[in-house]
Amino acid sequence: MERVPILKIGEVLLVSIQIDLQDQTVLALQEDLADRIVKTGARGVIIDITAVDIVDSFIGRMFATIASMSRLMDAETVVVGMRPAVAITLVELGLSLGGVRTALDLEKGMRLLGAPLPGARPGAVGTR
Amino acid sequence: MSGGVEKAHLPELLRSRRDAVLGRWVALAAEGVRGRITERELRAELTELYDLIERTVGEEAGGAGAELRAALGEISRNRARQGFSPSETALSVFALKQAVLEQVGATGDVDAYSEFIGFSSRVDDLGLVTFETYSAAREQIIADQMEQLLELSTPVVKLWDGILGVPLVGTLDSARTQVVMETLLERLVETGSQFAVIDITGVPAVDTEVAQHLLKTVMAARLMGTDCVISGIRPQIAQTIVALGIEFGDIETKATLADALAYALGRSGIRLSEGAGA
Amino acid sequence: MTGPPEGAVPIASSEDVVRMRQAVRAAAAAAGMSLVDQTKIVTAASELARNTLVHGGGGTGRVESVVNARGRAGVRLVFSDTGPGIADVEQALVEGWTSGSGMGLGLPGARRLADEFALETEVGRGTTVTVTKWTR
Repeated sequence: MERVPILKIGEVLLVSIQIDLQDQTVLALQEDLADRIVKTGARGVIIDITAVDIVDSFIGRMFATIASMSRLMDAETVVVGMRPAVAITLVELGLSLGGVRTALDLEKGMRLLGAPLPGARPGAVGTR
Repeated sequence: MSGGVEKAHLPELLRSRRDAVLGRWVALAAEGVRGRITERELRAELTELYDLIERTVGEEAGGAGAELRAALGEISRNRARQGFSPSETALSVFALKQAVLEQVGATGDVDAYSEFIGFSSRVDDLGLVTFETYSAAREQIIADQMEQLLELSTPVVKLWDGILGVPLVGTLDSARTQVVMETLLERLVETGSQFAVIDITGVPAVDTEVAQHLLKTVMAARLMGTDCVISGIRPQIAQTIVALGIEFGDIETKATLADALAYALGRSGIRLSEGAGA
Repeated sequence: MTGPPEGAVPIASSEDVVRMRQAVRAAAAAAGMSLVDQTKIVTAASELARNTLVHGGGGTGRVESVVNARGRAGVRLVFSDTGPGIADVEQALVEGWTSGSGMGLGLPGARRLADEFALETEVGRGTTVTVTKWTR
């Protein structure tokens, strides 16, 4: 079974889903994320689904679960990059994803979390 | 086929009197189309057909028959597009019969006469092919035009940086609302816009299904992390929505497109100030 | 139920559910469906295949390319299991009802995403769900 990598950018954990999700992968991701939120003290989680071409009720439920779970640990979750066809299908399926915040793309998601964008940080490393 | 030697009077005539028959056919067909197509074009088309017919009459059933039907189909489709009527198209094919008959009469060949009957019914079949292709081509044209109309009637415009607008005019049916929904959501992603205003000022009425589609559009837009505002709901439509018991819930609605734009600008943190000269 | 239908592939693991989704995607694209319709039928397939796996204890799934009387292309999916069956069909099709760990969207959701839906079930014998989606 493949595992979805979790990246840490500042105080935000970034999960970019690039594979065809099977149920075990989804459950493993939930566990991995809970661990990482506790270990890193992250304040936000971004799930990037730009590359995901279907979201069924199981995957949709994962978003809701991760959002509630991270909220308990004082972290905010944003799902970004949902494709129009996926959004239309989710509405038809009857899944509202209540409690999950969404943004059009990664950049807008970071802004929603109030996370400083790379390059915009006052003390950013590197020359400008 | 070498077996058809003694039955070959007509094919022989088509070959030996080619220029006379073809010339007469073009002249007869040109009368029917009265200058809406140049004689050169017509001659090119008919020459192609003539060659294929000449090959087909020699053989019982073969590759040339299929080729002939294809060529005929192509011509009928072009004529349909140029606005000719199906009878005009068929008549220019039927004209071949007269052209051939005149030549048969000139030779006085009795065997050629009897072969002409079979030839005549073949030409009739070809005429029917043009009819069928013609109506199929017209139907395709109508379907294409409906599609284009659908696209034309659902424009997604940029109102401001990050704000898209869809001014809907005319009757909304389920198919059209679905097209609007998909186009709008695609454009939100393409342009990275945060807001969409669906203006239904020009929509005389909505039914349950259309209202549901609008609702679903707003919900799908939200799932993608954008905001949708519906503006221009007429009193009759508001009554319908209430009467139908459709829950618009927390969906943002504004009286006019201008109100909706002002709302979206405000939410985007854009403040307009009056120009110094105003 | 009368054995696995011809051309059916087994659904015995969640990898099989993913494979089923991919097969349905390919068939829907080949039928010339719009991206939205492809997504709808693939999502329905995912829900139904998971139902077969979780509630039916595994079974089979089949993807058919079909053409209707008016010449329109479509995709038909048949999911069969020999599991416990559904005692109350009416209730299984009601939103939010669930016998397992799902959200209860599987059956009613798949029904809404498809154009045609048929459910055949017998307690103790199994369940067969058939859905069809036509190109618009």
